[in-house]
Amino acid sequence: MSNFNSADIAAFKDVWVFCEQREGKLMPTDFELISKGRDLANELGVNVCGLLLGGKGIESAAKELGGYGADKVYVCEDEKLAVYNTDAYAKVICDVIEELKPEAFLIGATNIGRDLAPRCAARLHTGLCADCTHLDIDVANYIQFLRESSTLDVDGQKWDMEDRNLKMTRPAFGGHLMATIICPRFRPCMATVRPGVMKKNAFDQAKADACVIEKPAFTLSDADIHTEVTEVVKAAKKLVDLIGADFIVSVGRGISKDVEGGIKLAEELAAELGGVVGGSRATIDSGWLSADHQVGQTGKTVHPKVYIALGISGAIQHKAGMQDSECIIAVNKNDTAPIFEIADYGICGDLFKVTPMLTEAIRAAKAAK
Amino acid sequence: MKIIVCVKQVPDTSGKVAVNPDGTLNRASMQTITNPDDMNAVEAALKMKDATGCKVIVVTMGPPPAAGMLRELMAMGADEGVLVSAREFGGSDTYATSQILAAAIDTIGVEKDDIVMCGRQAIDGDTAQVGPQIAEKLGLPQVTYAADIQKDGSTVTVKRMLEDGYMTIKAQTPCLLTCIKELNNPRYMSIGGIYATYNKPLETFDYEKLKDHRLIDATTIGLKGSPTNIFKSFTPPQKGAGMMLEGADKATCEQLAGILAKKHII
Repeated sequence: MSNFNSADIAAFKDVWVFCEQREGKLMPTDFELISKGRDLANELGVNVCGLLLGGKGIESAAKELGGYGADKVYVCEDEKLAVYNTDAYAKVICDVIEELKPEAFLIGATNIGRDLAPRCAARLHTGLCADCTHLDIDVANYIQFLRESSTLDVDGQKWDMEDRNLKMTRPAFGGHLMATIICPRFRPCMATVRPGVMKKNAFDQAKADACVIEKPAFTLSDADIHTEVTEVVKAAKKLVDLIGADFIVSVGRGISKDVEGGIKLAEELAAELGGVVGGSRATIDSGWLSADHQVGQTGKTVHPKVYIALGISGAIQHKAGMQDSECIIAVNKNDTAPIFEIADYGICGDLFKVTPMLTEAIRAAKAAK
Repeated sequence: MKIIVCVKQVPDTSGKVAVNPDGTLNRASMQTITNPDDMNAVEAALKMKDATGCKVIVVTMGPPPAAGMLRELMAMGADEGVLVSAREFGGSDTYATSQILAAAIDTIGVEKDDIVMCGRQAIDGDTAQVGPQIAEKLGLPQVTYAADIQKDGSTVTVKRMLEDGYMTIKAQTPCLLTCIKELNNPRYMSIGGIYATYNKPLETFDYEKLKDHRLIDATTIGLKGSPTNIFKSFTPPQKGAGMMLEGADKATCEQLAGILAKKHII
């Protein structure tokens, strides 16, 4: 190993973002993290740099990252990096980090990021915070965040306004508790960041053109790699993945007057959100949806970012499967339906009328962003 | 051949979660369970035991009452239990925890034909970090998010889930796998198993037992040795009863979409 010492904090500089690609295409989280990294780098007065690994030619994807705020992108090309492999990626990333010493390193908390980040943190002997939903350097910004998002008495506490540690905030215990984690003694300070949480900057072509591409030296041989990826299969039409879905639009007995029409409306709303369709037990028992769609005690327990219940009364057995969703939206004709007791937002109305309007309003709101 | 399964006793966050006024978790008032993903890892190991007769050892780090969980897992069919427990280990973050568990696993001994299994993540912290960090500390290849595991000689073939599909990955033993719930349905304890469990070996690895291991360094374990520290912990503002939106027309839907956009939910 080189002269790398994770405790020599003064030797580290710049904010880095691991830019994940699949099949040569950048992931949406890359742009979100570059955008957030830009803010943090500004607060620290340093550069934000992307780190992009891939097969031959991946360099051509790098400039786009500049459009979201990256000053520089480090590109590592090798056919052995075309498809994600823990050993190969960890080897190259740790070697480059040991050489170039970034002070913060952000990674999208995807299934791949959550495989890679802990492996690297353990090798580099540094701290890693998982699945962050909020990041701050500047203490004044952090205090403002606590004012809005916590019940803490921020004025009754002493603050070191010069503190330059990355403050990494994340939910714990199923979201019942929030914790802000720091890594004061080692660098790089590492965080995986939940996809979809950080806001992406508007793309700026001039910045993309100005983005510097650098190819750091690395070595990678077959002997470094101990697992073999024999196939990568993209999910085609398959069983609905309720567990992994961020958005679930579920239907209940309320669709009975036009089952096909109701399901179609739910599918359109789910498609707009990038989510999937679920159903209450009534819809499965009646044969309207297949069993893999069932949410509830006897079905699946889900905790998506948003759960939209259309025409579901909210029996206990259904609630048991979805009440831990981060945000619950209920549409029901009956204003005393129990589902409204746990809903964050309720609309009392006919799902056949409300759903298409909601789909349209969400489409418009997304387009306006 | 043997399989070492890492398990954790966790508060059951699916029920009522009690929070102290200072923002810490009131663990005493909560039920504890074996972490759900870890149960899938145990079941995967027991299936291999059913097929090959291999030995299954369950390992946990935690306070002394966690021994009760190990007895339950042995009543399901695990052969031995190891409780890693010492005051010096308390307050460890994932880095420090993985070092201690790696030292414990290395003390048990990982041989050519062995597999180490973990749950993907624990429901208290949801980090999914300890598995890969143990693998790194032991120098083992890792495959995470395992939804199917086939072993043929020294080759393990794993269906590794991605958000948008899956990979098929081949690894050679010894290796470390982290398991997800799609992998299997954990079995129940059997009556015979419950009788047998108290005759099975359950050893405690304390600080004395592990302190001379190369991975155990007083400056890198426990609260003081952990690279990360909790800066603040707090409860989110109380979730109100929710908000009934007036009307059920276009304006209502636009209002809701606006709220979702403002919160970066869409």
